[in-house]
Amino acid sequence: MSVFPATAAAKAKERRASAAAPRPGSRNQRAAYWFIAPLGIGFALFYFWPLLQTFYFSFTEFGAFGGHTFIGTDNYARVIQDVTVWQALVNTLIYSVIGLTALPIAIVVASLLNRRGLRGVSVYRALYFVPFVTLPVAVGLVWNWLYNGDFGLLNEILGWFGVDRHYWVSDPSTAVYAIGTVMVWSTTGYYLIIFMAGIKGIPQDYYEAAELDGAGALRRFFTITLPLLSPTLFFASIICMINSLQTFDLIYIMMGEKNPAIGDTQSVVGLFYKWAFIENAQGAAAALAFLLMVVIAALTYLQFRLQKRWVHYA
Amino acid sequence: MRRRTLLGGALAAPLLAACSGGGDDTDGGGGTTLTYGMWDPAQVPGMKKIIAAFRKEHPRISVRIELTPWATYWTTLKTSMRGGTAPDVFWMNAVNFQLYAANGVLEPLSGHIRSDRTPVGSHPEALVKLYAYEGTQYGLPKDFDTIGLWYNKALFDKAGITYPDESWTWDDVRDAAAELTDPHERVHGFAAEMDRQGKIYPAVCGADGYVLKDGRSGFGEERSIEGLRFLTDMVDRGWSPPQSAMVESVGRVRYWSEKVAMNYDLSAMAGQMYAVPALKDHGGIAVLPKGRRRATIIHGLANVISAKSRKKAAAWQFVHFMAGREAAEIQAREGVTISSYAGTQDAWLTSMPEFDLKHFIEMQKYAVPYPSSKNTAVWENLQYPILGAAFSGKGGIESAARKLGGQMDRALKEERAV
Repeated sequence: MSVFPATAAAKAKERRASAAAPRPGSRNQRAAYWFIAPLGIGFALFYFWPLLQTFYFSFTEFGAFGGHTFIGTDNYARVIQDVTVWQALVNTLIYSVIGLTALPIAIVVASLLNRRGLRGVSVYRALYFVPFVTLPVAVGLVWNWLYNGDFGLLNEILGWFGVDRHYWVSDPSTAVYAIGTVMVWSTTGYYLIIFMAGIKGIPQDYYEAAELDGAGALRRFFTITLPLLSPTLFFASIICMINSLQTFDLIYIMMGEKNPAIGDTQSVVGLFYKWAFIENAQGAAAALAFLLMVVIAALTYLQFRLQKRWVHYA
Repeated sequence: MRRRTLLGGALAAPLLAACSGGGDDTDGGGGTTLTYGMWDPAQVPGMKKIIAAFRKEHPRISVRIELTPWATYWTTLKTSMRGGTAPDVFWMNAVNFQLYAANGVLEPLSGHIRSDRTPVGSHPEALVKLYAYEGTQYGLPKDFDTIGLWYNKALFDKAGITYPDESWTWDDVRDAAAELTDPHERVHGFAAEMDRQGKIYPAVCGADGYVLKDGRSGFGEERSIEGLRFLTDMVDRGWSPPQSAMVESVGRVRYWSEKVAMNYDLSAMAGQMYAVPALKDHGGIAVLPKGRRRATIIHGLANVISAKSRKKAAAWQFVHFMAGREAAEIQAREGVTISSYAGTQDAWLTSMPEFDLKHFIEMQKYAVPYPSSKNTAVWENLQYPILGAAFSGKGGIESAARKLGGQMDRALKEERAV
C-alpha cells in the first residue's frame, strides 16, 4: 500500500495511455494497418472490385461463354423501358414496407421481455431467434405447406370460421403479402436481439424516477424507451430496408416458375437472377444490379437526412 | 523482412496448389481419363455399365462421371466453360443446344461421323436434326421421350367409361373428363396445367398450330390458340384443377395420388409411375388423342464434346461408342429412358410388362421436335407469366396468346440481331 495510492495509479494510467496513443508514422500505427488489412483486402476484393466490374459490364453486351463488346447505354435504356423492371421495383418496395413492420413487433416483444423479474428470458430469446437462423429454403418450404390451398393448415383453421379456401401464394392479390408475412416472421428475432440490447443500455434510474412521478407502463414506453431507443431503431431500420430491397431466396423458393402470380411477386434481385443466369443477358442484368444499388443508396441517404428529426442520442 | 517473406509464401501456396491440379491429361497407367457431365442420378448405374463396356474396347480410356443436379446443371456448365474446367463430354438438350453451337463451344462432329461411319441413320431423324446447327452435326442422340396419355383404369371403371385408345379425339377426352370429375372426392378428369413439353406444345401442335416456324412465333395463330383453349377450357369447366392449385401439387403428383384421372406425361416417367403400386396395378397408357391432327412432342438428349477439351480424340471414341447399338442396348435394359437407337427398345418395353409402353415408340411417326432457337430460354420464360391467369380460370386465353406471340416475335428478332 503506497501513501497516495489513487494518485500513483492515475499517473501510471496516464503514462500507459500516452504510450498507447498512436503517433503518426509510428510502428504502432503500421501494426494497426496490418490488423485491418484482412478486412480491407476482403472488402476490396469481394465488394469494391465487383462493384467496379458490374458498373463496367453494365455498358457491355456479354457473350454467353465469355467475351464482351461495349454497347454504351443500351442496357440502361432496356432496363428503363422494360415494364417487368418497374413491376419488380414496385414489388420490392412493397416487400420493404412489409419488412419494416418487423421493427414495431420486435420493439414491443423486446420491451416485454425486458421486464424485471421475467423468468426464462433466454428461452424466449432463442425461440424468437430460431426462424432467423433457419435457412430461407426450409422456411419457404414449410410456409408453402401452411399456405397450401388444398390441405394447408391456414385454410383448415380459416375453414372453421366459414372462410373459403384460398390459394395464398398463387393468387396475385395475396401472394406478395403471403411472402411478406414470412419475411417478417423470419426476421423479427434478429431485430428483437438488437432491441433487447438497446433497451438494456437505458439507465434504470429514468424508469424509477418516472414511476415515482406516477407514469404508467405505456407512458414510460413512449417517453423513455422509444426516444432513447431511437439510435438503435435507426440502425435497425436501415439494415431492415436494405435486406428487404435485396430479398430473393424466399421468393424464389416459395413461387416456383409456373406460379401465375410470378409477375406480381418478383423482386428486383429475382429479375436480376433471371436475366443473368437464365436468359444470358448479363450486361442488362449488371445495369439492373447497378440501378438497385443506386436506389438503396438513395433511400439510405434519405434515412440519414431524416434521422435528425427523430433520432435522439442520449 | 523475414516476416514479409513468410506472408508472401503463405499467399502463394494455394495458387501453386491450384496450378498443379490442372495438367492431369493422363491417369496413373498412362491412359486418358475423360470427364462425362450429366444430371440424372437415376441414369448413373446404366452409364457406368456403358462405360465398363467401352473400357473393354478402349482399355486406355477411362471415363469419370461428373453428376450435377438439374437445377444447377446449366449455370455450372456455362461457368465451367468460361473457366476451362468443363467436362470433355456432356449431356445436351434441345433448349440449350443452339446457344452452345452458335457460340462455338461444341466440337463439330460431321467429319468424324463420316470417317468412322457412326450409325446416325439408326436414330430418329427428327432428333438427329435437333442437334445440327447450320448444316453441321454437333451432337449424337442417346435417348428420346414422347408424351402419352396416362390414365387411371380404376377411376375409368368407376365412372363406367371405356379406356382411351387410338380412336380417341379431343371430344372423347372432354366427355370423359366431365364424367370422371367428382368434386365431392376432389377428383379431376384431367390436369391441364402450364407445362411446355407435356401439355402446351402437344396441344398447340395437335390443333395444327405451331410454336416456332421460320423464326416466327405461332402463339398468335388461330389454330395454336384453339389448342391452348382445349386446355384452359378444361380449367374453366372445372374438369381440371386451376394452375393456381397445381403450383402446389403438380398434375403428375395428382395423377400419382389418384386425384386426376387423365394426364399427359413423358415416357421417361414410366419408371416412377411403375414404382407406385396402385399405378403399376391399374395405370394405363394410350397415344395422345387426336385434335385437328395427330401430334406429340419428341425430345431427347445428345452427347456432345466440349470444343475446349484437350482430349478430343478419346472423347470422340466415347461419343461414337455411345451412339452405337451396344451402348443403346445397355441403356434400354436399365429401363430409365428409351434408347434412341432403332430396334434396341425391346429391352425397355419388356422392363415394365404391365405398361403398354409401345405407344410411346409408335408415336414417333407423327412426333414434332421440341421447338428451339438460339436463345430459347428468353421466349420460353415469357410463357408462364403471360398465360398464368388464363390457366387459372380467369379467362382471356385469346388475348394472352396473342400477347405472347407478339413478345416472342420481338425476342426472336433481338436474337437474330445479336
